[in-house]
Amino acid sequence: MSTSQALPKPSKPAVFLARLGEGLRGALAKLAREPLGMFGFAVLIILVVVAIFAPWIAPYSPTAQNLSQALQPPSAAHWAGTDEFGRDILSRLIYGARITIQTVLAVSLIVGPVGLVVGIVAGFVGGRTDAILMRITDIVLSFPSLILALAFAAALGAGLETAIVAISLTGWPPIARLARAETLIVRNTDYVAAARLYGASQLRLLFLYIAPMCVPSVVVRLTLNMAGIILTAAALGFLGLGAQPPAPEWGAMISNGRRFMLDNWWVAVMPGIAILMTSLAFNLVGDALRDILDPRHVRS
Amino acid sequence: MIEVEELAVAFGEGDARRQVVKSVSFSVARGETLGIVGESGCGKSTVLRSLAGLDRHWQGRISLAGRPVDKRRTRDQLMLAQMVFQDPYGSIHPRHRIERVLAEPVQAMKKGDGWDRVASALEQVGLPAAFAGRFPHELSGGQRQRVAIARALMLEPEILLLDEPTSALDVSVQAEVLNLLSDLRDERQLTYVLVSHDLAVIAHMCDRVLVMQDGRFVDELTKDDLKAGRTHAQYSKDLFEASFLA
Repeated sequence: MSTSQALPKPSKPAVFLARLGEGLRGALAKLAREPLGMFGFAVLIILVVVAIFAPWIAPYSPTAQNLSQALQPPSAAHWAGTDEFGRDILSRLIYGARITIQTVLAVSLIVGPVGLVVGIVAGFVGGRTDAILMRITDIVLSFPSLILALAFAAALGAGLETAIVAISLTGWPPIARLARAETLIVRNTDYVAAARLYGASQLRLLFLYIAPMCVPSVVVRLTLNMAGIILTAAALGFLGLGAQPPAPEWGAMISNGRRFMLDNWWVAVMPGIAILMTSLAFNLVGDALRDILDPRHVRS
Repeated sequence: MIEVEELAVAFGEGDARRQVVKSVSFSVARGETLGIVGESGCGKSTVLRSLAGLDRHWQGRISLAGRPVDKRRTRDQLMLAQMVFQDPYGSIHPRHRIERVLAEPVQAMKKGDGWDRVASALEQVGLPAAFAGRFPHELSGGQRQRVAIARALMLEPEILLLDEPTSALDVSVQAEVLNLLSDLRDERQLTYVLVSHDLAVIAHMCDRVLVMQDGRFVDELTKDDLKAGRTHAQYSKDLFEASFLA
């Protein structure tokens, strides 16, 4: 009897916060052993900070034209040079980070939940529901994503929102497949059988027992997908179907710079470096997250 | 407490149809422990899973606590019997803390939030209440099996179905878990059905043993028979000789 009385009764939120801190510390300790993942996280944090504080960080306005300063090479005044309208490329890149982050977040927030729900429902319910959901997934999966995005952007009119919807439309099937595969494993485990025996409803099984087991791999997959999302968004921008001028979208900036490529390399190369660094960072973070979230992947 | 009449279970359709359990009948009195032994694949786990309500392919009649139960159980019928699984590493949700594992049955049955009963449930299976905040991977196999037993008892069932509850544990821990099970039985007047292929475990725990071969019961032994080493069928004789040689 003494043990139950000796147990202190801290309030629920306090316990929750303490555990959250504990979990975060554990994750950070694991991250510290992954220098590359650390680098990726650092780049992403810098990117987010830059995107949030763009107006205070950027040395110039991203859209103000100054034709007397057109096509200046990188210098102390313009670290990344200027484009054909004399706009400071560094400032445009800094503001462009906002568009990139916005796209990646929006697409992930649509693709993740949709893919997860479709996958776990298909895997858990099985039978005809599974067949129908998976055939739909197969059909969407067989579309080349960029082409579908192009058709979609063409049909709905060019713009950042259209690009986001178009990329999301082709982004969920891999997530759904992954979630279904995990669900098929989890639904036959003894702990789910035990939960059936103590009367857990189907919804409870689905969202409290099966979904939590699928979330880590879905998060890893999403993070790895983010690099692809950036590239697709940049490709749509490059083709003129993403964010519209004068918005400083990185892909669109490369597209503009293409015309001056031979004489003024920096106009196209600077946004190229930004895209390269960001997608590399997302890939590294995805890799590190897999090691942190999934104890089965142990690096020797 | 448990009445089973002409229970038959078959899996598959057409040519692939396989009769796993072939019309068995038995009954278990309140407070009794019935053992079912047999080789792997003889159908003993299937009988248990049909009793629990996990398998719905069965035909025949099952009544628990005097009431016939359906293939698809209602919550009230599920409350009558709970099960302890063989592998304590696979029967507890790896991402739930122990307190959550123990509170879940109460919440799933919509009988309150269950958190206040966690400490006493742990204590009753001989674990410190401080374990409530741990994850299953921070516990040993024997401790996990104790948690699984505590979870099965959260709904205060009168029947506990034990599917090789100690075969995944090492020998010293086996004895502890078996002693815990017998203590709980005496304390709460529980009725057990214990499935095992380990005759030592069966002999230690059971009042009565059914020997199963190929989907049928071929022999029934009482506690005295077990002590004296008496058998009534060639198969159970072979089974006992094989196990005592090993």
